[in-house]
Amino acid sequence: MLHKLLRLPQGKWMLALYAVAAIALFCAPLYLSDFRLNLLAKFLAYAIVALGLDLIWGYTGILSLGHGVFFGLGGYAMAMYLKLTASGGRLPDFMEWSGLTALPWFWKPFNSFAFTVLAGILVPALLALILGYFTFRNRIKGVYFTILTQALVIITTTLFIGQQAYTGGTNGVTGYTKLFGYSIASPGTKTVLYLVTVAFLIAAFVLCRVLVKSRFGKVLRAINDGENRVRFIGYNPATYQMIAFSVSAGLAGLAGMLFVLHVGIISPSMMGIVPSIEMVLWVAIGGRGTLVGAALGAILLNSAKSVFSETYPDAWLFFMGALFVIVVVFLPKGAAGLFTQLKWFKRKEAGHEGADSVRYPAV
Amino acid sequence: MSQKVWKRVSLLLVALCIVLAGCSNNANNTTTTTSTNAGSEGAADSNASSDDSGEIKVGILHSLSGTMAISEVSVKDAEMMAIEEINAKGGVLGKKLVPVIEDGASDWPTFAEKARKLISEDKVATVFGGWTSASRKAMLPVFEELNGLLWYPVQYEGLESSPNIFYTGATTNQQIVPAVSWLLENKGKKFYLLGSDYVFPRTANKIIKEQLKAEGGELVGEEYTPLGHTDYSTIISKIKEAKPEVVFNTLNGDSNVAFFKQLKDAGFTAQDMTTLSVSVAEEEIRGIGADVLAGHLAAWNYYQTTDTPENKTFVENYKKKYGEDRVTADPIEAGYDAVYLWAAAVEKAGSTDVDKVKEAAKELEWDAPEGKVKIDGETQHLYKTVRIGEVQTDGQFKEVWNSGEPVKPDPYLKGYEWASSLSSGN
Amino acid sequence: MDVLILQLFNGISVSSILLLIALGLAITFGLMKVINMAHGELIMIGAYAAYMMQNLFQSYMPESAFNWYFVVAIPFSFAIAFVIGLLLETVLIRFLYGRPLDSLLATWGVGLMLQQLARTIFGAPNVGVTSPTWLDGGMTILGDVVLPYKRLFIIALVAVVLAAMYLYINRSHAGRRMRAVMQNREMAACLGISTRRVDAVTFAIGSGIAGIAGCALTLIGPIGPSLGTYYIVDAFMVVVLGGVGKLVGTVFGALGIGLSNTLFEYWTTASLGKVLVFLCIVAFLQWKPSGLIAMRTRSLD
Repeated sequence: MLHKLLRLPQGKWMLALYAVAAIALFCAPLYLSDFRLNLLAKFLAYAIVALGLDLIWGYTGILSLGHGVFFGLGGYAMAMYLKLTASGGRLPDFMEWSGLTALPWFWKPFNSFAFTVLAGILVPALLALILGYFTFRNRIKGVYFTILTQALVIITTTLFIGQQAYTGGTNGVTGYTKLFGYSIASPGTKTVLYLVTVAFLIAAFVLCRVLVKSRFGKVLRAINDGENRVRFIGYNPATYQMIAFSVSAGLAGLAGMLFVLHVGIISPSMMGIVPSIEMVLWVAIGGRGTLVGAALGAILLNSAKSVFSETYPDAWLFFMGALFVIVVVFLPKGAAGLFTQLKWFKRKEAGHEGADSVRYPAV
Repeated sequence: MSQKVWKRVSLLLVALCIVLAGCSNNANNTTTTTSTNAGSEGAADSNASSDDSGEIKVGILHSLSGTMAISEVSVKDAEMMAIEEINAKGGVLGKKLVPVIEDGASDWPTFAEKARKLISEDKVATVFGGWTSASRKAMLPVFEELNGLLWYPVQYEGLESSPNIFYTGATTNQQIVPAVSWLLENKGKKFYLLGSDYVFPRTANKIIKEQLKAEGGELVGEEYTPLGHTDYSTIISKIKEAKPEVVFNTLNGDSNVAFFKQLKDAGFTAQDMTTLSVSVAEEEIRGIGADVLAGHLAAWNYYQTTDTPENKTFVENYKKKYGEDRVTADPIEAGYDAVYLWAAAVEKAGSTDVDKVKEAAKELEWDAPEGKVKIDGETQHLYKTVRIGEVQTDGQFKEVWNSGEPVKPDPYLKGYEWASSLSSGN
Repeated sequence: MDVLILQLFNGISVSSILLLIALGLAITFGLMKVINMAHGELIMIGAYAAYMMQNLFQSYMPESAFNWYFVVAIPFSFAIAFVIGLLLETVLIRFLYGRPLDSLLATWGVGLMLQQLARTIFGAPNVGVTSPTWLDGGMTILGDVVLPYKRLFIIALVAVVLAAMYLYINRSHAGRRMRAVMQNREMAACLGISTRRVDAVTFAIGSGIAGIAGCALTLIGPIGPSLGTYYIVDAFMVVVLGGVGKLVGTVFGALGIGLSNTLFEYWTTASLGKVLVFLCIVAFLQWKPSGLIAMRTRSLD
């Protein structure tokens, strides 16, 4: 609608919009207080998870309720590095209480930042690849896959909580001080970390966009529309699903690392069932099948959660619950779907608005 | 069809309003926070802003939703009551206290987020809040970074003393250690340790094991169940096989309900086997049922039946405000104490500045419902009287033993020979 | 030997509880394909209904009658959860048929609201339900093994509910209509069956059974606003492991999880036992992707 007013072709119009959004994000430190900037940084990290989740759910049609695990694994990797730095060569405090006398072997490599970053992305990606290898090859799909990922969540959180000496138990890992010698609490460092997050978000966005625009992305959508037909044409859907799942998990791991830098704590509660479902809700509310929608959904929903819970600490759950219900019933394609729906009406294609015809318009 | 479009557009508008609301929040705040840089300055700001308005903002940060709400909401109620009482008497430094309530939502990063918000956006003079160790650990770096002040009202596992936290609940040597000694003397030597799988029970049980070794007890079993575990039949079989004389119970919240109901059904009574709990107070008894718990023991610093004149008024006021069927309990009382202790410290310091309040709070004494308490200047914990109580059929405790005088807090158990291996690093 | 028998009994008891919480879901999720995340909250509603019935008896009935409140509470819990289920179906669920993943999200929202509602009405702390005295204690066999009456009662209750469901689905007219609609909606509609009404009633029955489960759980567990969150994942595991769409499968799913859980927990610890059970479920689904008892179908997608 608007682009016609401005007499710009749609592509350029969108590009301009992206540029404005990116500039607005980069300039946020100028007009937001430290606290709000920190919040926004956290939401942007969430947006990266949402992008990855959109890749696997929105485009490929596989719903994972286990992304909290991947997010958490990334978070723990970064937390281990920060904790070792903070302890300055001594044993981290919680290990001491738990009776360990030496650093466990798997903690040692996390003294290196490079290893930490690699592990934070590759460990979740690898776990997803292994899980995907078995499940997709065995043609487990739909709700069965979803329930499987829930089982994964239960297994991981129970293990992390139980191994207090190695993981910090329910308390998780917290109490960091420095990153590269800079105080992690100082506003300067926080602004830099925020800008790094924005950069990563843009990079993740570009990566996902390239993926979905490529032949690979077309196959993903084809799998979503009819997995067996794809198989009959001669593709192996499992390979594509595995790769998409793994990329998605890697992005979640990256987001987890950024999250820890902003929030200063990672604990098993961040990997649990509830956060995992919330992640899916971000994508659903923003609009699955559109990358912008997913990212926006994460930012929007979390802002709403913060605002509601600050304004109505006793009743905010009512608002959140109602929001989910309303969006799902009235906006099945999420906030982003709204624009495309409007466009469809203009083109008099409204007849297709069946409950099951989830369309995938351009990003 | 076009009608439908408009429906959707209006929905989008609602969504936009939400974002705008968030932004307007930002806008308001930026005007007041432009000068906030480092922690100490932030705290100084809070004085300035509260001096102007004739009000002092205080934060209350508990889980009002999620699994921990079952315990924390009552503590919030007690803190609100204390604030109202203080306001009715003219406030602190002649200014009214204005509570800012936030919901920690039983989620530890949320606690950190809200703590940060309370200190840097609302500029509260102090925060009362937290319940689980995990929530405290999540908030601790925030308070140390921004030089805020937190009053934490629950008994915990010790091994901590942050310069920015006052601990008004018991540490281990005011609850667990004396309880174990008392059990060894009076109830038996064979201990079975049962706890939820999280930090407090694991640390507590480590301490107990050392103590049993030193004081001649015997450990016959140790078991942890996941948080929210609701079937204890297998655990009860294991306990039956191990034949302990004492079950030391550090289960959390809801699990206690399932454990005690099922323990009774399996044919165990308090006569057959002593259980002593450290997380079952009057409020939990209501959820479990007094008939199920009668005869079992608990260790706390306060019971609703504790006989002091202050407690009589406290219980009366609490029931008047929140209903006859409500009960008071140790953490509720500790939350109530926290508000009064802070107010007294502020009056003494003549300012709400965090460093001045901390200085003034040292060795501060107050007649709490549980009896005389004193802030230990070194650790910022309270001197508290230890009490062991037995559950009666009316859901109240009968005190069977107390330490006679307030016990000096010793979070690192430095005063105990056998505990040297636990806290070596500190 | 004693312990073995006791553990076997515990295993069956755990299975019966799992089955009770999963049966309602086997209908709403298994037959109707609605991923009902508010199922746990319907259980919670049943538990609070029992609590309300107890309070009613305490205030308005003679003391001698108190012991029988539980007998009244079971149908009452069913009725309350049935009505709320019916309401939920009419207002929300009926827009979500054929969109299982959307139903997951919307019912999650409903669950949040119901939890907060319970907190507002009954207060945040747990409430206590005194179980009737005729369920106190247990049956002693082999000298030393105690089988608690409450657990025996729950096993019997599950058997009754199962039998009633079997009769309803396979022997009644309403049940026949229900099967017809679930198997071939268009054909059933053509034959004059009101599919709307059948949908609504089926969902309400599933909810009502969740209510019964909640009522029974007051005997052995906590009653609070977040009660449902403890059971929801287990309930889904049972239904999926058993095979979506088959009640018999749900029974076997519950037995499998219940027995293995008790065994693993006995051999290892509660935490590790839980991990092992879930690992087994993951492994089992690799081998049999559509559960223990799969629906036979010729269609491919």
